[in-house]
Amino acid sequence: MPDGMNVDYDGLIPNNVDLNADARVRKALETWHPGYIDWWKDMGPEGFQEALVYLRTAVSVDPKGWARFDYVRMPDYKWGILLAPKVEGRLIGFGQHRGEPAWQEVPGEYRGMLRRLLTIQGDTEPASVEQQRFLGKTAPSLYDMRNLFQVNVEEGRHLWAMVYLLQKHFGKDGREEAEDLLRRRSGNEDSPRMLGAFNEETPDWVSFFMFTFFTDRDGKMQLEALAQSGFDPLSRTCRFMLTEEAHHMFVGETGVQRVIERTCAAMRAAGIEDPSDVERVRALGVVDLPTLQKKMNLHFSLTLDLFGNEVSTNAANAYNSGLKGRYREDKLDDDHRLLDSAYPVLRCVDGVIAEEAVPALSALNMRLRDDYVVDCQGGVNRWNKAIEKAGVAFRLTLPHVAFNRKIGEFSRIHADPEGRVLPPEQWAANRDRWLPSTEDNLYIVSLMTPVDNAGGYAPWIASPKVGIDNKPGDFEYVKLWD
Amino acid sequence: MDGGTTGAPAGAVVKQHLIDPEICIRCNTCEATCPIGAVTHDENNYVVDVGTCNFCMDCVAPCPTGAIDNWFQVAAPFSLEDQLSWQELPPRPALPAASGEGEAVDALDEEAAALIAEAHKGAGGRVRAPVSASKPRVNLFNRASPAIAKVTGNIRVTKSGTSSDVHHVILDFGAVAFPVLEGQSIGIVPPGTGADGRPHAMRLYSVCSARDGERPNTNNLALTVKRVAEPRADGGVFRGVASNYLCDLALGDTVRVVGPFGATFLMPDDPDADVVMICTGTGAAPFRAFTERRRRTGGTGRGRLHLFFGARTPEELPYFGPLQKLPAALLDQELVFSRLPDRPKEHVQDRMRRRPADLAALLARGSTHVYVCGLRGLEEGVEAAFSEIGAAHGLDWPATRAAMREQGRYHVETY
Repeated sequence: MPDGMNVDYDGLIPNNVDLNADARVRKALETWHPGYIDWWKDMGPEGFQEALVYLRTAVSVDPKGWARFDYVRMPDYKWGILLAPKVEGRLIGFGQHRGEPAWQEVPGEYRGMLRRLLTIQGDTEPASVEQQRFLGKTAPSLYDMRNLFQVNVEEGRHLWAMVYLLQKHFGKDGREEAEDLLRRRSGNEDSPRMLGAFNEETPDWVSFFMFTFFTDRDGKMQLEALAQSGFDPLSRTCRFMLTEEAHHMFVGETGVQRVIERTCAAMRAAGIEDPSDVERVRALGVVDLPTLQKKMNLHFSLTLDLFGNEVSTNAANAYNSGLKGRYREDKLDDDHRLLDSAYPVLRCVDGVIAEEAVPALSALNMRLRDDYVVDCQGGVNRWNKAIEKAGVAFRLTLPHVAFNRKIGEFSRIHADPEGRVLPPEQWAANRDRWLPSTEDNLYIVSLMTPVDNAGGYAPWIASPKVGIDNKPGDFEYVKLWD
Repeated sequence: MDGGTTGAPAGAVVKQHLIDPEICIRCNTCEATCPIGAVTHDENNYVVDVGTCNFCMDCVAPCPTGAIDNWFQVAAPFSLEDQLSWQELPPRPALPAASGEGEAVDALDEEAAALIAEAHKGAGGRVRAPVSASKPRVNLFNRASPAIAKVTGNIRVTKSGTSSDVHHVILDFGAVAFPVLEGQSIGIVPPGTGADGRPHAMRLYSVCSARDGERPNTNNLALTVKRVAEPRADGGVFRGVASNYLCDLALGDTVRVVGPFGATFLMPDDPDADVVMICTGTGAAPFRAFTERRRRTGGTGRGRLHLFFGARTPEELPYFGPLQKLPAALLDQELVFSRLPDRPKEHVQDRMRRRPADLAALLARGSTHVYVCGLRGLEEGVEAAFSEIGAAHGLDWPATRAAMREQGRYHVETY
């Protein structure tokens, strides 16, 4: 196996970056490690630290080695530093340095910008673990519980990935940022996480599936853009993180899909034709489709805020300096500098939503958001296929990008899911038609009774089509008792 | 359909790698992982080009959904256009019976596939995996890039001094994932070259340990290997290259392992299934694995294991000692010896004839699975015994066997 493929598991910190040869960084990480474990025990999955969980651990970044499954107690999970193999002769693919060799060290002039990119990305990782820490107690099956914990430990590993870059390349500043990543807490008034959506609660499993589908997908888009970076260690880190992120997408997409399948099957069995007959559908103990639509509206709109302002100088600078590219930049066919091109952006002018061509460089957040919407739409189409297959007359739709926004062009207006601008009183009168009401949320929470016998599933969710690691249906994914 | 993407001759059965569109989440991991660009996509589906895919399996482990792990035997491969238009996988195409191929893919490697097809011939027709069997992984490693295992055990399991020199060889895979199911085989290619200067042929060995290792949760597997040393007509001795290589391995040696192989000779996971295991000599290997798996998963169901195991003497019966310790509730065993002093020769089929009522009752039950494993010729004796028992109990054996085979409940592996 080529060098840098195998992971050294002998030391305290598994890695494929030859940490043993870098005493300074190794010491910094070993100093950070106890704080991380404390954070995990305080803020990680509540009540399941002793359970044996059938988890995937990367033992090599070679495709055959990075999916080794075994029973692990979560605090013993091998969080490590794994970078995709180095591509010799890699060149910077965009911006003013396009064509120059990729940087192995941080260029002095971009230090501040890069540090901020790493810190923001890093902050989201522990935040989601904190948001999801109580979900284990209401897991609809051992299969789902295992998937939750897999997502959690991998978010923990992604924190490690960012902390490694901070410690390795940013000296004292990096060390302080790394400490702060363990200090901030999701939803805490005094030291909240940096981005809004990561301070919202994940109170139930429908929210969790929506979060992994919509919000983790923002993570995927950001990682895709950073994987293009001219700063090679960041690119390699993000490329490996993306292979793990795919599992999170899977949990979200199939989670919602299984909710849909169960609801449709229950409606058919009960002879309910009208999906909007919420009362009768709820009497079956399943999640009605209109409520799922409202949950979608909420999580989609909250996540759009994560893309920042539609027109942004920061994004232009990050691109121009070769730090953060576009989604799959290497697959795009243009000049990769964007100095003379324009990009259509939806703006809000005098309370009216209108398209406007702006310089492509300043529209990069918008562009990434557009790619994100396309990616979401693919999943929604597959959900609709499941509804159609079950013979239920209902379609889920993504709301308009102006709907329910707190950041960017549309934060100053109210718009309905079709993108029609509304006066405040009309928004207020209809809010509960478009977003989950307290009653909706209470109903979903009322369904959250745990099922922890191997092979059993809560009555509001269908079983998956295939098991994790090809395991049979009654496999005990989490051993709750010895 | 567009046949232009395949290099296969028309009419020949080929194995095709397909992605299940109903399970795939279009995450792009496979396309990003594929080293030769065999995976591509449009806005609907991710698809594999049958003319490009070389079965390196790099995409299989990273796939988060399991959608990637589908292998069809097809006479006419599906084109990229076909696959891009799918909403779900099509039904597996019916194959001409003469092709002798089953639906499940035992191996992607032609050499290993031919060995398995030959070993399964005795089943008398197309075989299927038991309905409740776990899904096997096949061919994760090939000759060009084998898994490297370390020898952590090599002990003789027949009595010293007898001419049957059978070894129990334990291979540890360290950090490398090498998932096997009970009943699967691995390929061993002895190092070096033969007299003709070409690399040695591959030999397949049945895994004799359970899927989670020799002990639970170890990343190793065990083989039962008989040293082949037979007198030749010219007075010399023929020594099997692979078996002697394996039997002579020292602890710490490394071995190049190919596979895993086999997709039909698998045990039912259903705890209510009865399993009849008929073997001679090292044919016991898969049944040791079956038994250990049942023992570990606990006797939660109604099913029992029934073993008919033949050897010349107790001293030459592999694992004779450990077999004595297994409780009858787990394993109903009939150990049969053909060379006991002062006793007439007895073969497994003879012993089967002494349990006609039990076997007839088992054959009549829809949850019974029969496995025959050992030297070529064993299946004929077993056939004769089942025919007689069937005739005496009003059961048409050929029809029963065909139905059982069709339902994945009749399996033969002889060599």
